[in-house]
Amino acid sequence: MASIVLSNVDKIYAGGVKAVNGLNLEIKDGEFMVLVGPSGCGKSTALRMIAGLEDISGGEISIGDRVVNHLPPKDRDIAMVFQNYALYPHMTVEENLAFGLKLRKMPKAEIAKRVNEAAKMLGLEQYLKRKPAALSGGQRQRVAMGRAIVREPQAFLMDEPLSNLDAKLRVSMRASLNQLHERLGVTTVYVTHDQVEAMTLGDRVCVLRDGLLQQVDTPQNLFDAPVNLFVAGFMGSPSMNFVTAEMVRDANGAAVSFAGYKLPVPDSTFAEKPGLDRYIGKRIILGIRPSDFEDSVAANGNSTGWVRIPVRANVTEELGSEINVLFTIDAPPVEHKDTVAAANDGDEEEVTLPLTGDKSLWTARVNARSHVRPGQNIELVVDTHNLHFFDVESGLSIGHEANIGR
Amino acid sequence: MTTTVAQPIASSGAHAATARVRKRLTTRWASLIAIVIALLWTTPTFGLFLSSFRPEDQIKQTGWWSFFADPQLTLDNYQSVLFGTSSSSGQMASFLINSLVITIPSVLFPVALATFAAYALSWLDFRGRDWIYIGIFALQVVPLQMALVPLLSFFSQGVELFGMTVLPAWDLEGPARFIQVWFAHTCFALPLGVFLLHNFMSELPGSLIEAARVDGATHGTILRKIVLPLVMPALASFGIFQFLWVWNDLLVALIFAGGTPDSAPMTVRLAQMAGTRGNEWQRLTAGAFVSIVIPLAVFLSMQRYFVRGLLAGGIKG
Repeated sequence: MASIVLSNVDKIYAGGVKAVNGLNLEIKDGEFMVLVGPSGCGKSTALRMIAGLEDISGGEISIGDRVVNHLPPKDRDIAMVFQNYALYPHMTVEENLAFGLKLRKMPKAEIAKRVNEAAKMLGLEQYLKRKPAALSGGQRQRVAMGRAIVREPQAFLMDEPLSNLDAKLRVSMRASLNQLHERLGVTTVYVTHDQVEAMTLGDRVCVLRDGLLQQVDTPQNLFDAPVNLFVAGFMGSPSMNFVTAEMVRDANGAAVSFAGYKLPVPDSTFAEKPGLDRYIGKRIILGIRPSDFEDSVAANGNSTGWVRIPVRANVTEELGSEINVLFTIDAPPVEHKDTVAAANDGDEEEVTLPLTGDKSLWTARVNARSHVRPGQNIELVVDTHNLHFFDVESGLSIGHEANIGR
Repeated sequence: MTTTVAQPIASSGAHAATARVRKRLTTRWASLIAIVIALLWTTPTFGLFLSSFRPEDQIKQTGWWSFFADPQLTLDNYQSVLFGTSSSSGQMASFLINSLVITIPSVLFPVALATFAAYALSWLDFRGRDWIYIGIFALQVVPLQMALVPLLSFFSQGVELFGMTVLPAWDLEGPARFIQVWFAHTCFALPLGVFLLHNFMSELPGSLIEAARVDGATHGTILRKIVLPLVMPALASFGIFQFLWVWNDLLVALIFAGGTPDSAPMTVRLAQMAGTRGNEWQRLTAGAFVSIVIPLAVFLSMQRYFVRGLLAGGIKG
């Protein structure tokens, strides 16, 4: 096991496309690091550079204490799990698992021991003599994991290993992956475009965009304190609601006003976000997580200090455990490049239908006991302690410790 | 094995197309037509086969179908054509050996070289790779006949540039002239071979090669342990193709191996016999049949690879 350190790593493809731009990242020994971002953000390229499958255009990558810039993959002592599993189709499961060990001239008894251990851990014992074509998707995925495990490498590198599985299997494999990492404690770098996977798996999550590092932090911190509009919009599902609002202060204290609503900003927020008071009287971009809303009826009793806002529910999505209420507010959608990028997830085409006209569509996540129906007027409460404030120009989170002085 | 190869490669569109073709080819009419064609094409071979066992006087007087009215069989024809000592008898046995000596290396060399070249052109990253591939591909249009004279002068005079000898003449005599034939056949086979195998190899998923590299394999190991087993059908089909071509070749052998018993293959001998002993039907039929037995055996024993390999290259199925 080892730490992996990337310092100022660049990847420039022929034609001048900069896929990874000055990436600095330290992955601690035994840590589960998730690289996440929309497609084309350079996360896979970064992983492949760590693996040695892509040349490094600039900077330095070290695994353990060794600089590995010019080492071929086989000398880096890493194992990789590919998106399409990349099992050798002409070999049985057993031969697939043993292939890397045989190449390293390991004694037969040791190979058999490791293969059996891994097969037992992954529940593959009865499939050892089968070829990959005779396995289901989940089983193939486990074989791919097993091939990495038997090597007992310094680090696991995983390139979207769950994205070819169906939704239900993906959830259970996600849990298995977590257990596996608990048990083996091997440094793992995991690439995904799915922010739910990133949140649930990572010890820390690294958000990339256009080859640039946006933020590295624990999932909870990314969710609670995103560094800019892009991270705020990308992490969390449903994604954060944005609106351009004005910061005001009057006799009742500070507040943000937008679209006819006025939300008071508690004093504690100003203490947490130094520099926020400089925006009083100016425009800011306000962000509210859907989970910071609640139906005022369902939340009765434990919503002290929350602010009520009346809205009209356009659409409701009942998920069983909660209900997503989609409503419009009378303010134009925020057209900052970061929010657009986060919402589009890298695809060029328009994701949302332009049905709302010049209004923003917001989502509130309310308790499943709420009796809200589409077309109904309801009263929502907002937890004003968790408001997010972003600079209108730069899109940076106001008062975030990483942004102070920027 | 092919099914497992097809798994990662096959797309659903290709599947539907194969299913449709398969369905059309299994109707009753299609089967009937196939049987008629098979009969039409096998009948002459069968006649040749039967004639080669009939006594000399009968072959010369009646057609092979009259065998059924008056069945008489003899092995004399084969005896005399293969092992007869008189100059008129054929001495086929030694020409048969020559044919094998020419054919086997002329198949193995191009298969081996084309495998290496195709692997390098598909999976090694180097400058000018695509241009080299296009160049090799383009070489396929060069007709064999055009290269005969330059190649002959290359063997007999070497290569001279501005009065400087770049390569000396080979000056090969007797059985050593096999080398010239091997060389010529290898040269002529490589463009098609590289093209065929490259098509096949580059269809393998890239992550397979990368997984092997991460697992610790060098390019040699990847080629031997991963790529070769997966392209076996293509390799076999190219091998059979080349075998049949070399075995049946007269032109290249006649020019580079000459017509003497110490180096000429069976095709040359058969041509001589047809010319000088055109009326000795009993020997011609037996000799001709000897010459088709080996390719027939090779083809029948490996035909499933042959068909699969050609199909797999085309429709990814």
